[in-house]
Amino acid sequence: MNRVQAFLSILSKDMKTYYLKPPNISWGLIFPLAWTLMFFIRTEGDVDVLELLPGVMGLSILFGTTSMLAVTITFERKQRSFERLLLAPISVNVLMLAKTSGAILFGIANAFVPVLMALLLADLSNVGWLAVLGGVFFISITSTFLGLFIAVSVREVFEAQTFSNFFRFPMIFLCGLFVPIGDLPLFLRPLSHILPLTYGVDILRNGIEHTALFPLWLNFGVLMLFSVGLFGLSTRMIKKRWIL
Amino acid sequence: MSTIQVQALHKKYNGLHAVRGISFSVEKGEVFGFLGPNGAGKTSTINMLTGLARPSSGTITIHGMDALKHTKDIQSRIGVVPDESNLYDDLSGLDNLSFCASLYGMKKADRIRKARELLASFSLDAARDRPFRTYSKGMKRKLTIAAAIIHEPEILFLDEPTSGIDVESARQIRRLIRSLHDQGVTIFLTTHYIEDAERLCDRIAFIVEGVIVETDTVSALLSRNKDTREVAFKAVEGGRHLHDAVKQRWPDVTIRAVSAEGIRVVLEHETSIMPFLKLFESGGFDLLEARIIHQSLEDVFVSITGIDIDRLEKAREAEST
Repeated sequence: MNRVQAFLSILSKDMKTYYLKPPNISWGLIFPLAWTLMFFIRTEGDVDVLELLPGVMGLSILFGTTSMLAVTITFERKQRSFERLLLAPISVNVLMLAKTSGAILFGIANAFVPVLMALLLADLSNVGWLAVLGGVFFISITSTFLGLFIAVSVREVFEAQTFSNFFRFPMIFLCGLFVPIGDLPLFLRPLSHILPLTYGVDILRNGIEHTALFPLWLNFGVLMLFSVGLFGLSTRMIKKRWIL
Repeated sequence: MSTIQVQALHKKYNGLHAVRGISFSVEKGEVFGFLGPNGAGKTSTINMLTGLARPSSGTITIHGMDALKHTKDIQSRIGVVPDESNLYDDLSGLDNLSFCASLYGMKKADRIRKARELLASFSLDAARDRPFRTYSKGMKRKLTIAAAIIHEPEILFLDEPTSGIDVESARQIRRLIRSLHDQGVTIFLTTHYIEDAERLCDRIAFIVEGVIVETDTVSALLSRNKDTREVAFKAVEGGRHLHDAVKQRWPDVTIRAVSAEGIRVVLEHETSIMPFLKLFESGGFDLLEARIIHQSLEDVFVSITGIDIDRLEKAREAEST
């Protein structure tokens, strides 16, 4: 019971302190909007909204989640308020789940901004929403845990942001968001297969366009493995490097 | 059984020895002071006791439990005030306290009631809805202490609680420590303020460069050199003339200090001050004051550790700036 209460308190504190602040809400709205507009402006002729949607959703989740972890984890550690949480009678696993849940929810919310825009521009009646919801959920989890891994690997907020970009920008081009993996040079394709977003966007494409590279079970399985692995690595690093 | 039992505790960071095999125990309801200059190993020791750091070697037993194996059980029964206030800048005073209490499983109604009580007792109720970042340093310190005691811990760890804050806030914090002591809370206090240690602690350990050089009750420490007294004499003629007169008459007498106003003479055993008064009278001195100076904890600290007061004063100045 104590663990549930502590979990909810940390989540609610983070929502209030970070996620529901105007700059973050506007970031969550403007970022997907900007990406969508960019494609409208750059594309000659008719834009296939359904083709763009999985990539924009994936990108919104990836940037939304990883950016927030640098603040909620690295900044709090720098300010030493994270010590307060480490001193509380809750396990590191519960603590980190609570700290990442806000980012997961933020990622999910970010994903549906482009969906709302797409509703105005295209017919979404054939979309398989169950697969889309599952995909959004698992992309949010893996992206958040990737952000967590980055946040616990560095000391400064700027390092977290820089290190995040090292992963994020290659993922835009390598994960089939806007450029099909089959169109990538042969030597780059193996990289696509070791990045979690590839499998997440494939789930979205399955639900929205009904085309996919991999079966759903494989996509979900790989994302689960990434989630468990990244979370395990991150909590291990906290125990080893933060509790000196 | 002691509430805290530490045996041969050692901590090494990147090849540097922060704590070197210290052993001590703290009894239930006791205020135990850890006194030493900056960098002596006080915070490292607190971090190991509270689960924020792992000892390189040695054992820590708290409430009969191995602190390394039962860290979370122990953390539910302790409160920690770090050397820097570390609450959340964007949350109000009330929200900060309520959040901290929720981590220990307190129900919402209880934590709001308790938070309001603490805010009132620390004279912070007028600022309870203001964000923490708008608080003064003294207010931040008081709220940080309130956050550490809101779940009513059995042991309270205070790391430099009065460091760098205003006089009134420091006084309030000292009052609180006494009140918690009266309620039976075991208090582990680190400080480099000797006055705080003397006023508040039942027992004190002097720690220097990671080693405990002495542990005893305050009264026992103060009575260490009770056979030696110092007497301050002040005269219109000034210290230099008094010094010369004393040295001419008793060359072996130790004069601790000479100032523009007077001198401080060390008297062995039960030596009377009358011969000095007679000497000054016969010498035609216009004596203004003759005062016995009682041995302070600072004198004991200096005599045991060999650390000069200047170093401590510099540490204080650095802290306050």
